[in-house]
Amino acid sequence: MPDLAGIVIIAAVGMAGYWLFPDNLALLTRIVAVALLVLSIDLVTGYCGVATLGQAALFGAGAYAAGIACVNGMTEPLTLVLIGAVAGAVAGLLMGSVMLRAHGLAQLVLSIAIVQLFHEAANKASAYTGGSDGLSGLMVSPLFGVFAFDLWGKTAYLFGLSLLVFVFIALKFVVSSPFGILCRGIKEDPIRVRAMGAFVFPVLLKMFAISGAVAGIGGALAAISTQVVGLDSVSFELSANALVMLVLGGLGTLYGALAGTVIFMGFEHMVSAINPFHWMTMVGALLIGVVLAAPSGLSGLLGTISRATTRGKGGRG
Amino acid sequence: MQTILSIAIDALAYGMALFIICIGLSLTMGLMRVVNLAHGAFAMIAGYIASYAARDLGLGYAAAILLAILGTIVISIPLERLLYRRIYGSTELTQVLMTIGITFCVIGITNYFFGPTLKTIPLPGSLSQPVDVGFRTIAAHRLFVIACGLLVAGGLWFLIEKTSFGIKLRATVDNAAMADALGVRTQAVYAISFTVAVGLAALGGVVGAEFLPIEPYYALRYMVTFLVVVSVGGAGSILGAVAACLLLGAVDTTGRYLMPDFGNFFFYAAVIAIVCVFPRGFFGRAG
Repeated sequence: MPDLAGIVIIAAVGMAGYWLFPDNLALLTRIVAVALLVLSIDLVTGYCGVATLGQAALFGAGAYAAGIACVNGMTEPLTLVLIGAVAGAVAGLLMGSVMLRAHGLAQLVLSIAIVQLFHEAANKASAYTGGSDGLSGLMVSPLFGVFAFDLWGKTAYLFGLSLLVFVFIALKFVVSSPFGILCRGIKEDPIRVRAMGAFVFPVLLKMFAISGAVAGIGGALAAISTQVVGLDSVSFELSANALVMLVLGGLGTLYGALAGTVIFMGFEHMVSAINPFHWMTMVGALLIGVVLAAPSGLSGLLGTISRATTRGKGGRG
Repeated sequence: MQTILSIAIDALAYGMALFIICIGLSLTMGLMRVVNLAHGAFAMIAGYIASYAARDLGLGYAAAILLAILGTIVISIPLERLLYRRIYGSTELTQVLMTIGITFCVIGITNYFFGPTLKTIPLPGSLSQPVDVGFRTIAAHRLFVIACGLLVAGGLWFLIEKTSFGIKLRATVDNAAMADALGVRTQAVYAISFTVAVGLAALGGVVGAEFLPIEPYYALRYMVTFLVVVSVGGAGSILGAVAACLLLGAVDTTGRYLMPDFGNFFFYAAVIAIVCVFPRGFFGRAG
């Protein structure tokens, strides 16, 4: 049961973060929210082969839906997460039905155009979203009526971590189901899958909806934990950064998505405190390095190394 | 009437400035099949060089443009040799990641050396005053940009359609392996076209600085705009790039004049509509 071990490790690392960095729980919660976004990109890019630079549109849809619901009196946190997931899934369906009409570069451009359109729409509809000031004043009621969201973010972090573990387990089932295998098949060779009698478009659209729900949960978590929703949650920059995290960790593995997020955001927190432009140079160099040296990301690199060592042992033995 | 005319002039000049920058990207993507998101970074480098030459060294506008183009090309050569050659023929995602990485590095390094402030390129007196064209006056700089755009379009058309280099270029685009077998030095063709593309980005970055101001995040801010223009026009097509720049320039400028609150809303709505109807752009090649 390697998956069970993996899930235990995720929970253990999360709890270690809780005990080791009690002053940085807001950052850790942010990492969890972004990790959900990166997982959602992994579903469409890593498992279906649809490259997207606009996934923050789905993250933002969840964040704004949860935020608006909360301001209007729906303050139960689990309900808010559900609202975020539904809003993300709907936005995912919308985005998928537009993006899947095109291929290759046109598809990438469509994803960028969609996230920019969402950004402008959120900016324009300031009566609902607060525009460029952001949507503030979210008063979330205590979880299960018992655990209030405190100033130090303890409840928010533990809530986020449990959400992440829950979503991760659900996604493990999704990607190893016949549906998940079919998605991988489409990534490898869509024409062959079509020739075998499967419908490509509905399968990909379904994955887009699932991915949207995951991104929406991330957005709702960000809204609940920070109590504001800003325009930056529907930005091209967030989408591009999230894609970079995924590639850093490794496409097509759920563990890679998590590892990439933690490493990227941890470094960002340290380096950008010194000078934000040093951080840009570093990310750039890192990206070039990953493309040249480890095209399948850190998890791919680890896999190559472990395979090489076991093969070496086998040869000698 | 006055409003319509000034919108038209601004849209035309803005479209031409976009065109000068984007046609280089269109060449790279159409010919070398490289999604070069770092194209705007080269325009940004040129803007910084021109600003430095004009303000700190006190050179004239023409000299600043020349220096910027040469400097940018010199910077781009090692990048082409060391980085771009490795991603020819890779998947789009790989190319996107590599060129975003280059863009980030360029932004970080230029701001380390030049500081995070807006850079201006002072216009010479002859370009900063209005010109009387009979029925009304137009800023001379607008006319200069339009003239540059027309010159670039004409020059490229001549280069590609009428010269022997153009024949080799088109042969390489259609079938690189066959052109190679027939004795066309495709590596040299690639290198020259890359240089031309970077030179055009540099020219566009400097003369278009009035419309797209040179600032620390220039390469990232306009990356999307450039990419969108090329995919709307169809990669590798001069006519397509002209059409896309004029159309998107018009949509953007009109939207800003008449409904400034909506920002880029109309621009991106138009892009989604066009890409859905023409997935390969207006004049893109099939296949």
